[in-house]
Parts: sequence; structure tokens; C-alpha cells
Amino acid sequence: MLPLLLVLSLVELGSGLVLGSFEDELLRRPSLLVLVPVTIGTAGNLGSILAARLSTAVHLGTITFSPEDDTLVGNAVATAGLAVSVFPVVGLGAWGLTELTVGATLAPTRVVLVAACSGAVLAVLAIAVTLLTTYVAYRLGLDPDDVVIPVVTNTCDVLGVLVLFGVVLVLL
Amino acid sequence: MSIRAVAREAYREALPALGASVVGGLFAGVVLGGMRSELQQVPGLLVLVPALLATRGNVYGSLGARLATGLHQGLLEPSIDLGNERLRGAIAAAITNGLLVSVFAATAAYVLLGLLGQAAASLPTLVAVSLLAGLFSGITLTVAVVSVVFVGFRRGQNPDTLVGPIVTTTGDVFGMAFLLLAARIVLSVGGL
Repeated sequence: MLPLLLVLSLVELGSGLVLGSFEDELLRRPSLLVLVPVTIGTAGNLGSILAARLSTAVHLGTITFSPEDDTLVGNAVATAGLAVSVFPVVGLGAWGLTELTVGATLAPTRVVLVAACSGAVLAVLAIAVTLLTTYVAYRLGLDPDDVVIPVVTNTCDVLGVLVLFGVVLVLL
Repeated sequence: MSIRAVAREAYREALPALGASVVGGLFAGVVLGGMRSELQQVPGLLVLVPALLATRGNVYGSLGARLATGLHQGLLEPSIDLGNERLRGAIAAAITNGLLVSVFAATAAYVLLGLLGQAAASLPTLVAVSLLAGLFSGITLTVAVVSVVFVGFRRGQNPDTLVGPIVTTTGDVFGMAFLLLAARIVLSVGGL
């Protein structure tokens, strides 16, 4: 357990360094700082929910890795739907709480836009990473429950920071 | 089942847990947004945030999964008895892992920032903040995970489905709050 935890913490430090590189921007615009933990967490959770459902389906033998498989496609569609419906609310919540506490410097529409775009990009990435990791674990005969969830959660955490950074760079 | 039916069921089942973690994540964000002066006084602290939050999830999520498996297999009784060696062992292992990873992450962040030529607080400051935050949140998360899993199991809930949302929600909120508290404590003793 410990060696895996140490490797994962190094991976997370990589995303920390990305955060550190736009620290000035984040300190100037606290709404974006408020978005950081919730974006990381939601991205990781989207991946881990999909991973847990696919792992169970693999164990039950009710899934095939084909683009026509109903379980596979249905769960991927649900993940995209969750991301698209939850992230705009996340953006609005982040702006509202910032305004109430330290005072927001960005317009609410900007924060919602940043969150919604990040969510849409993250949904695609979370689905791709989860399908790939589950497929590789399945092919190698590894128990997807042990391997897939930590790998997917931590990868999606890192992608959460990278995507947020990218979207801020493009939109603001 | 058709794709539509699968997608609808998956969406409905996942939304409550995701919603709970969103609320937790937003409150964690409010704490982070409110600790801008600490972030400026302890350069490198922001770099540690993702690693420390993820460690809480990884370590205490695994504690919850272990307890859930023990309960399912009948190796653990659903009563909080610290005399039980299996329970004590699982808790001790989780807290030890949590503290070791916290110290490791602080040291690695210090080294990486040094290599990149970026500003960082002193090594003892980063390690002390990380260790204190790891200790406070470790105790809180252990209490939360053990009580929710045991109480949930006694009430006939599947502990496996409780662990994820509990750990992500309390881990984010308490992880950030205790990081702020730890930074204030270390800064108030005059830094190291």
C-alpha cells in the first residue's frame, strides 16, 4: 500500500506544481481558488463512479468492450450527463460562496462558463481514462477493484487541475 | 437493458453521492479561498494541496474498504471496540500511512520547488504544517469512517457504498480546514 501511496502523492505534486504556476492569478481571483478543490474532487469522483460500475460489470461478466455494448455506452453516457449537469451548478455555487465570504472579482457568468467548459472537457477525459484503465486491467487479468479506482481517481485529480488551468488560460 | 435505461439508472444512482461531494468540495474551496494570506506566508503550501487532499482519500478510503470487507466476511463485529486487534491494526496502519505520506509529500514538494528555482518556505515549516494537518484530519476521518461504516452496517446499509461519499466529503472539508489550522499554528509559533 505505502509504495503506491508515495507514487500517487508524487503524481499529485505534479498537479500541485501546475497550481503553483498560476498562484498569482488564483490569489487575485478567489472564485477560481474556490473552484480548485471541487473541480479536482468532482473529476476524480466521476471517474471512480464509472470505474466502480464497470468493475462490477466485469466481475459479473455482463460487459464486453465493444462500442455496441449497452452497459458500457450507457454508463459512459450517464457520466457525461452527470458532468454536464453538475459543473454549471458547481460554478454558480463557487461564485456565490466567494461573493458571500471574501467578495468575488469575476462576474458570475464567467465563473459558470469556466466550470461548465472544464466539466465538459473533464467528462470526455474521465471516460477515456476509465475505459482504458479498466480494459488494460481486464486484459492483464488484474482485479479491476484493486487497481482501477486509485489510478483513475488520481489521474482525474491531476487532469482536473490541468483542465481548469487550460480553460482559465483560454477564457480569461 | 437499452443504453437509455442503463444511462438513466446510472445517473440516478450516482447523483446523490456526487452531489454530496460537490457540497463538500465547495466548502473546502471556501476555506482555501479564505486562506490566501497563509498561502502567501507559506510559499509552497498551494503546491501541497492536491497531494494532501488525495492522500486523505486514498488512505481513509482504503481504511473504509478494509472495514467494510471485514464486516461482510464476519471478521469484524459492528461494535466500536478498540480492544479488537483487527480494528486497532487497520486504524494504526491508516494513520501511520497518512502521516508518512504527508511528510514525504512536504519533503518532495520542497525539493521539487528548489530544483525548479521557485520560492518555498523552509523544509521544517512545510513538514510541520503537513504533519499537523495529517494528524488532525487523520483522527477526524478515522472517527467519521469507523462510525459511519459501523452504524450504516448495523442499520442494514451496504458499507461499501457509504465509504466513497463519506471519505470524499469529510476528507475535502476537514482536510482543508485542518490545513488552515496547521498553517496558523506553525505561523503563530513564529515559523520554523
